Amino acid sequence: MSIIEVKNLIKKFKTKDGEFTAVNNVSFSVLKGEIFAFLGPNGAGKTTTIKTITTLLHPTSGEIKLNGFDVVLNSNEARKSFGIVFQDPSLDDELTAYENMEIHGVLYNLPKDLLKKRIEELLKFVELWDRKDDFVKNFSGGMKRRLEIARGLLHHPKILFLDEPTLGLDPQTRNHIWSYVKDLNIKEGITIFFTTHYIEEAEKVANKVAIIDKGKIIILDYPQNILEKTNAKSLEEAFISLTGHSIREEGADSLDKMRLKRRFGRR
Amino acid sequence: MKAVYILWLRQIKRYWRSKSRMIGSLAQPLLFLLAFSFGFGPIFQKAGGGNYIEFLTPGIVGMSILFTAIFSGVELIWDKQFGFIKETFVAPVPRYQIILGRILGGATVSSFQGFLVFLISLLFGFKITNFFSLFFGFVFMFLIAFAFTSLGTAIASALDDIQGFQLIMNFLVMPTFLFSGAIFPLNNLPEFLKFIAQFNPLSYGVDGLRWALISNSHFGGIFDLFVLFGVSVVLVGIATYIFSKMEVK
Repeated sequence: MSIIEVKNLIKKFKTKDGEFTAVNNVSFSVLKGEIFAFLGPNGAGKTTTIKTITTLLHPTSGEIKLNGFDVVLNSNEARKSFGIVFQDPSLDDELTAYENMEIHGVLYNLPKDLLKKRIEELLKFVELWDRKDDFVKNFSGGMKRRLEIARGLLHHPKILFLDEPTLGLDPQTRNHIWSYVKDLNIKEGITIFFTTHYIEEAEKVANKVAIIDKGKIIILDYPQNILEKTNAKSLEEAFISLTGHSIREEGADSLDKMRLKRRFGRR
Repeated sequence: MKAVYILWLRQIKRYWRSKSRMIGSLAQPLLFLLAFSFGFGPIFQKAGGGNYIEFLTPGIVGMSILFTAIFSGVELIWDKQFGFIKETFVAPVPRYQIILGRILGGATVSSFQGFLVFLISLLFGFKITNFFSLFFGFVFMFLIAFAFTSLGTAIASALDDIQGFQLIMNFLVMPTFLFSGAIFPLNNLPEFLKFIAQFNPLSYGVDGLRWALISNSHFGGIFDLFVLFGVSVVLVGIATYIFSKMEVK
């Protein structure tokens, strides 16, 4: 049974000199319990896709269903089905970790005593319970990301969206985060949808991979099948043979740096 | 409606914790009270205007509410910049509740700020005539706060970054303050300024405060109340409309 269904999704942005198509007729579905990776270079349309699926952007055309609910027609039901960790932080820095969790719980209408229990459980899970009364502005990048994961899980979502969840984190914290995510998938059966431009993450973590480039899905399959189809030894090779370029070129590095600056350098 | 409450509470907490902001925004009204009451007071009295501090206090209270309210509304830009807006936009809560929580929070904070200025004016010799009028004073303080927080929120919903901020300050907030009758009476103004003041919501706010606090009014207190209420409804409507159409890039 598929829990995410996307049919012919198109998202265009108006620009000064006309229109820009960020997502160009993308269709895919994700089965319940899968770990699904959206792999592609910067600017491929990954974040736009995730933002459109999660109701932050309105689709130009196409149909999106989450847990059976149409995100345009029945957005509130669709919103209850997922949790999300954004690429850039979305916490209130002036509040404590606990208060951030509390706001989320109230917005998702959790009963008070359940909320208390759940906050404790999750903050312990991401090892932030002893820092619960600290202001988020004093947290490191990795701690903020862990807090966002805990927050995204508060309302027992069926799907967890992760947009470049490890961008800008050190290798140790990265491993840490992936072990949380895999744990959730196995123990609670949560469907995971993540975007990344790190090939090794897609390779290691995902059951299924969609490779996206210039707004289009080029291939969608189990990693093993992708390798067989392209006759490649690694996803990296497969990516090059499918797109004709490597995943990290044309100034992607400087873009990375810019994003990092935006993420950590604001305050 | 729990969502409205928690987002209201968030604004209150943020305000209460940032004491520097609280004190900082008291400095300006304090300065105005000091400079104007001692500077213009004697001239005002000689010209037959009566006690200037009585006349000035509702104006300065109105001014401080105007400033704080516009800023609380515009704070929405920070939520866009720092990402918190996304957290509220993916939540299963109708957009009008999100914006209502924000506006009520901002309005509460700015009317409280106005109340603090009012307390300070007592030190300058402002006298409360009766407590019934004080009640209407609070009603006007809240309405001014509500109307201008809505205005600030509407502007912030339409803007993408803080570049336009200085523009708002110079072309919207200052004229609104200066041409509202906050520091001088409207009835002796040249016709074209009188005309402008008629379209300024703050004119009715300040006039309403004067009506409530010192029983002196240009337009009439009940009329002020209706105008301000109407303006608030229209502005909150506009803000909600822009806000619900908003996308998060």
